[in-house]
Amino acid sequence: MIMGKFQLITKGLIKENPTFVLLLGMCPTLATTTSAINGMSMGLATLFVLVLSNMAISATAPYIPDKVRIPAYIVIIAAFVTILQFIMQAFTPDIYKTLGLFIPLIVVNCIVLGRAEAFANKNSVVDSACDGLGIGLGFTIALTILGLVRELLGSGSAFGHKFISGDGILVFVLAPGAFMALAYLIVLFKKVTAKKGE
Amino acid sequence: MEYILIIISAIFVNNILLSQFMGICPFLGVSNKLSTAVGMSGAVCFVITLATLVTYLFQYYVLVPLGIEFMQTIAFILIIAALVQMVEIVLKKVSPSLYQALGIFLPLITTNCAVLGVALMVVTNEFSYGGEPHMLDLGESVVFAFATSLGFGLAMILFAGLREQIALNKVPKAFRGIPIALVTASILAMAFMGFSGLV
Repeated sequence: MIMGKFQLITKGLIKENPTFVLLLGMCPTLATTTSAINGMSMGLATLFVLVLSNMAISATAPYIPDKVRIPAYIVIIAAFVTILQFIMQAFTPDIYKTLGLFIPLIVVNCIVLGRAEAFANKNSVVDSACDGLGIGLGFTIALTILGLVRELLGSGSAFGHKFISGDGILVFVLAPGAFMALAYLIVLFKKVTAKKGE
Repeated sequence: MEYILIIISAIFVNNILLSQFMGICPFLGVSNKLSTAVGMSGAVCFVITLATLVTYLFQYYVLVPLGIEFMQTIAFILIIAALVQMVEIVLKKVSPSLYQALGIFLPLITTNCAVLGVALMVVTNEFSYGGEPHMLDLGESVVFAFATSLGFGLAMILFAGLREQIALNKVPKAFRGIPIALVTASILAMAFMGFSGLV
């Protein structure tokens, strides 16, 4: 029983990693990973919405008519995003400002709606929470790694601590670097997990 | 003059896909073939412009007078979802040929973050085009939305053309599929960086 829950959480980390394997939620992945801290904050914000919306949707799914389920899910998700906006404005205004539009845009993140449709509406509340936690953690870790790589190459620092004097390879903080870094990370991830599978 | 600056800035300098990263899902998802990319761009163009017009009016004539701006996210996504549904129904009746061309892309657009992104951008951000930073008025917002969607179309169609060429080449096994597409996007984004400083 405990083992099953544990598996629900861990499958989101590697086997069904939303960023490297399922390739979902690409917009925030590319846009907010200019540094490791930003990537991690975005990941945690999504994790928050994902767990709560998964639980709410799993609890209400039996009462929602099948025809209007997608709009209903979107409203539930949007409600949690609004709550998140309030919390972040109150406690972490700086991060809220840096992430900007991408916080309200969690509403249209395909990961959240995808988990609602693929998992939460046919599983129990606890299972859905575990699933949200796993996928959310996988997303957070992926964003942190991508942010870390871009920050290391782009400005020669990690989590805000600078290692080199002067600038790094600036292009990695800018748009082209986001695409490039993600491409190579996906390739690396594929290589590593393929070896494990053999 | 202001309008020209808005248009150039939205299409080239601050391209929604390649420098703001909104709407990446369809950018990677339906850019395998040029024809689908054109269809998707057309549908997005239509919806972004219409959605921005409606959400702008809703923001300033409903949310602000009632003092409930915090309902923005929920209200906007519902408006967009309803609008997409309505466009689909109207298009089916009025212009079946256009519906045939855009139809399959319409349901996908509700969760395209470019639509919600642009709608939120015009009511929350200040823009400066040469002069003082200011909130956009209705005309500017609609022009901005339309130009942004043209930028989306431009990037999308260029990218689809590139991907069609790449499909003919031999790509290392690990790079097949999305990774090589991302590398291509990276080079395209680099090319678009050349426009920065234009406005």
